[in-house]
Amino acid sequence: MAFIHRHRWLTPYLLLLPGLAWLVLFFVVPLGFLGHQSLEVQNPIDLSYTFKWAWHNYSDAITTFNPQLVRSLEYAAIATALALVVSYPLAYWIAFRGGRWKNVLLIIIVGPFFVTYLIRTLAWETILSDQGIVVRTLQHVGILGPDGRLLATSVAVVAGITYNFLPFMALPLYVSLEQIDGRLLEAAEDLYASRAVAFLRVTLPLSVPGVVAGTLLTFIPAAGDFINAQLLGTPQQYMIGNVINSRFNELQDYPAAAAISFVLMAAILGLVAIYARALGTEKLTG
Amino acid sequence: MSVAAETLAVRARPGAALRAWTFARRHLLTLYALLAFGYLLLPVAVVVLFSFNHPRGRFNYTWEGFTWSNWTNWDAVPGLKPALQTSLEVAAIASIAATVLGTLIALALVRYRFRGRAATNVLIFLPMSSPEIVLGASLLTLFLSLNVALGFWTIVIAHVMFCISYVVVTVKARLIGFDRHLEEAAMDLGANEWVTFVRVTLPLIAPAILAALLLSFALSIDDFVITNFNAGQTVTFPLFVWGAARAAVPPQINVVGSAIFAIAIAVMLANVLVQMRRSRAR
Repeated sequence: MAFIHRHRWLTPYLLLLPGLAWLVLFFVVPLGFLGHQSLEVQNPIDLSYTFKWAWHNYSDAITTFNPQLVRSLEYAAIATALALVVSYPLAYWIAFRGGRWKNVLLIIIVGPFFVTYLIRTLAWETILSDQGIVVRTLQHVGILGPDGRLLATSVAVVAGITYNFLPFMALPLYVSLEQIDGRLLEAAEDLYASRAVAFLRVTLPLSVPGVVAGTLLTFIPAAGDFINAQLLGTPQQYMIGNVINSRFNELQDYPAAAAISFVLMAAILGLVAIYARALGTEKLTG
Repeated sequence: MSVAAETLAVRARPGAALRAWTFARRHLLTLYALLAFGYLLLPVAVVVLFSFNHPRGRFNYTWEGFTWSNWTNWDAVPGLKPALQTSLEVAAIASIAATVLGTLIALALVRYRFRGRAATNVLIFLPMSSPEIVLGASLLTLFLSLNVALGFWTIVIAHVMFCISYVVVTVKARLIGFDRHLEEAAMDLGANEWVTFVRVTLPLIAPAILAALLLSFALSIDDFVITNFNAGQTVTFPLFVWGAARAAVPPQINVVGSAIFAIAIAVMLANVLVQMRRSRAR
C-alpha cells in the first residue's frame, strides 16, 4: 500500500497490465506468428515448414484466390447496404416513436441473435429450402422459374449475411438517432422546413456517425464470414473465409492460409481507409 | 333518391381512397417497422417450431407433426449434453476473467491521464475490428508454434481475448457518465481511496459490469469461428451443431437453441422492467 502511495503515477499502468498483457500475448503476438508463418515454405516430403521470406505466397494467394476475395468484398458490400436499408427506418421508428417501450423493442432486435449463430443460419436453410413456402410463393408468382431455387445461390448467401450481422448496423444507428435533440427538429419546423426537408437537413446529417459505425461493424465481419457461404451456398459462392478455413483446418496448408489472412486484412483496412477518407471522419475509434 | 345515393357513393369513393392513403402515409413507417420485426423473428419462430417437430426420417426440414418428446428427451442425442456443459464452463470462466481484466482497463482509461493512452485505445479497438477468422487463425499458429496442446484452456484463452474489448467499451460508457462529486463527497467524509472505491464507485458501475459479464457470456457461448480453430478434440455446443449440420440436425439442437434464446430474453426483459420501474419511482 505504501509503495502505491509513493508511486501514484504507476496506478493506471497497474490497472492496465493484466488486460493489456493478455491482448498483447494472445492478439498482437499471434499476428506476428501468423506473419512469420505466411513467409514459410512447406517441405513436400516431410511436410515440415521452413522460413524463407517466401513473398511469393502472397502473390500466389492473390492470383489463385482472386475470385473468392472479390466475391467476399462484393457480398459484404451488398449485405451492408441491405442491412442499412432494413435497419435505418426501424432504428428511426424505435428512437422517435418507441416512447417508453424503446428498450423492450430493442430486445426484439437483439433477441434473435441469442439463438446460436449456426442454428439461426440453419433456420434460414429451412426457410429458403426448395420445398419451403418462400420458394413456392416466388415460383407461383413467376419470379422464380418452376425449377428455380434460392438455396445454394448467391441470393441466399447475401440474405444470410445481411440477417446475421443486422444488429451491428441497427444498434449504432439507434444510438445516434436516439441522441438527436427533438428541439432541433422543432426549430426546423418553426423555420418552415417540411418534414421531409427537416429529415434530410437535420436528422440525416446528425445520424451519420451511426451510419459510419454501423457500416464498418457490419462490413468487417461480413467480409471475413464463411458460415453463410458454407451452409446456404455451394463452392460457387465460397468466400475468402472458406478458403482460409479449409486451408487451415482441412488441408493444413498453413503458409498459404496465413498469407490469405493478411491479404483479407489488408483489403478490409484499405477499403475502410478509403471509406473514412471519403466521409472525412477521423474519429473512428472514438 | 337513387341519384343522390349515387353521387354520395361517387363522392365517398375518392374520400375513402384519400383517407386510406393518408392512413397509409401516416402509418407507413410503423408498418415497415412491424414487417422488419417479423423478418427478424422469422428464423426464431422456425427454430422454436421445429423443436416441436416429429420428423419421421433423419431430416428435420418439413413439418410432420407435433410432439413434446424432443424437449423431454433433449439429451437423447449422444454428445449434445457434454458439449453444452463444456460451453457453459468455458463461458463462465471466460466471461468472469474478461470482465475483471476489461473493467480494470476501463477504470485506467477513464480515470487517469497517462502516456500510451491513445495506443491503448487502439489496441482495444483492433480485436473488435478484425475478422474473427484472422483472430482464430493467428492464435492457432501461436499455439502450434509453441507446441501448446489444443483443448479446453486454449478455448478459454481465446474467448477471454475477444471478450475484453467489449467489456472495456461497455464499462467505459458508464464511467464517463459518472458523477465524480459522489466520490469526492465520500473522501471529504473521511473514507480512504479503497473504501471509496468499494462503497461508492463499485456499486455505481455495477450495472455496467453485470451487463459486460452477460455480454461476454453470450459472446462466448455463441462463438464458433475462433473456437473451431483452437478447440483440438474438445467439442463446444456450436462445434457440435456444426458437426451435426454435416449430416442431419436432430430437433434436440432446436430445443437447446430455443432454451438459450428464452433464457437470454428473460434476463434482458427482467433488466429492462427493473429499470423502467426504477425510473418511474424517481
